[in-house]
Amino acid sequence: MNQTNSRVLLIVFVLAAGIVPLVFASGYQLFQLTLVVSYALSVLGKNLVTGYGGQVSLGQGAFYAVGAYTAAILMEHFNVPYWATLPVAAVTTGIVGLALGLPALRLGGLYLALVTFAMAVSVPQLLKYKLFENWTGGVQGIVLNKPDAPFELPLDADQWLYLFTFAVGLALFIAATNLVRSRIGLALMAIRDQPLAAEAMGVELAHYKTITFGVGALITGVGGALGAIAIGFVSPDSFSIALSLTLFVGMVIGGASSISGAIYGALFIVFVPNIAEQISKAVPGAIFGLILILFMFFAPGGIASLLSAQLRRLKSAR
Amino acid sequence: MEGVLHQIISGIATGSIYASISLALVMIFLATHQINFAQGEMAMFSTYIALTLIQAGVAYWAAFVITLVVSFVAGMVMQRTLLEPLARAPVLASVGAFLGLLLIFNNIAGWIFTYTLQPFPTPFGAGAPILGGLLSRHELGSTAVTLVVLTAVWAFFRFTKLGLALRGAAYNPVSSRLVGIPVASMLSLGWGLAAAIGAIAGMMVAPIVFLDPNMMGGVLLYAFAGALLGGITSPLGAVVGGVLMGVIENIAGAYIVGTELKLTTALVIIVVVLVVKPTGLFGKALASRV
Repeated sequence: MNQTNSRVLLIVFVLAAGIVPLVFASGYQLFQLTLVVSYALSVLGKNLVTGYGGQVSLGQGAFYAVGAYTAAILMEHFNVPYWATLPVAAVTTGIVGLALGLPALRLGGLYLALVTFAMAVSVPQLLKYKLFENWTGGVQGIVLNKPDAPFELPLDADQWLYLFTFAVGLALFIAATNLVRSRIGLALMAIRDQPLAAEAMGVELAHYKTITFGVGALITGVGGALGAIAIGFVSPDSFSIALSLTLFVGMVIGGASSISGAIYGALFIVFVPNIAEQISKAVPGAIFGLILILFMFFAPGGIASLLSAQLRRLKSAR
Repeated sequence: MEGVLHQIISGIATGSIYASISLALVMIFLATHQINFAQGEMAMFSTYIALTLIQAGVAYWAAFVITLVVSFVAGMVMQRTLLEPLARAPVLASVGAFLGLLLIFNNIAGWIFTYTLQPFPTPFGAGAPILGGLLSRHELGSTAVTLVVLTAVWAFFRFTKLGLALRGAAYNPVSSRLVGIPVASMLSLGWGLAAAIGAIAGMMVAPIVFLDPNMMGGVLLYAFAGALLGGITSPLGAVVGGVLMGVIENIAGAYIVGTELKLTTALVIIVVVLVVKPTGLFGKALASRV
């Protein structure tokens, strides 16, 4: 298979992923797929920070919450149309990410993990706090209306929302792919693999790490905003530490150092709990934990690297 | 004034529990340069083991000792089977393994023991508060137990040959191996100790906050903050930092931000320490090996 062929195949596949569900999937399935895109963006943000940047962030759930609440507050209190909340959510989470990342990034790996863990643990409490209650709705949260398709398109609300989310997701995935291939991406990987050599060659460690952390937070925030619009409801307890841990599991299982890994990870965290929950309410978490450890031992590159190894084998067999 | 004094003294009582978890974290950090995110859930699970024993009719202190032994062995086994093989893997692998353990312990506990709050007995009796109403019997008792534990740990590291070997293995594994110290066994011994200390903290905090699978979430965060405040490389600092966090929690809760922002207070302290003095009060500057 040559370069052009595989590119054509990829485009066909992406178009199919956008259109086929509109025709065949039920309303609930479309909702699940919309969530997959929203989570895929959050995991993508995490992949940039952790997989490419080599910085362990455990607080991506907090950025997801900031994005979701920004969208919800703008729609509820300022009558901002849903699509216009996305850029604001992106900027807000980006800034929050930089503010929290700066002190920890200076110090490296485990400190960032600690700060982001603390952040993820304290988010629900902050959202419930009475001073912000007028904006956040306190424990009750905020209920949002599902947007209808514009321009009298022959699509129902679920179909339109999936298409919209898919388009935004696609744009951000392309942007992330370009980022990783750019100077910044190369500098990042150099930092991750050989920090000393990279620094000696004049790559500014703190500078690139901070940028990536901000960009990662930003992408996750957009994912959060899309998730809030899709679910039509935000409340403090949906953004507990469990969300951050779920996104972490998604990152590891999909493959932290790959762009496509974010999609596999998101598919996993949306669909596997549904299956596992039929055994018991507590089982998905335990299974997540077990799978996490197993992947650390046997497939640290996640599904993405398993797949690409398989592909290589197929090619060489031919 | 009476009020402030009360807040400080009862802060020291809960702080001493944070201090033991901080100490367990620092011990593992010194030995392996890893942060055990599952420390709190391990302690929670140990506490459920103790509760099960007590409900089965075992006397409190017997259950206490059995729980310590079980936790110690479980800690050693975990280090041997899970963390040892990942020792040379990138940082993400060990964090992943710790988070995996966290999820497993939390959910298995929820599965077996349900998520309902359960009262946990105190061995020190209910009774009226003592010291002029400043301290409950349990607070005094748990502080005493923690102090005994901390002193014992200190004496173990300071005066016994095994303690010296353990310190050696943590500070300089290569040289230790050369002088004949079984470094791998020392590390799992350290893990066992940390798990047992955590179990004591769990059993001491459970009568205050009630037992449920998420009991240790807040405690762990305060222990993290305490360890950073005292300096993540200093066992003494961990203890001082943990006690300080207990006092800060009470003062902030009573006079500054209220109890609703308890966890955020810990987050703010963590960030402030990292900005102002990343080495903490007693820590040494970490030089990365080139």
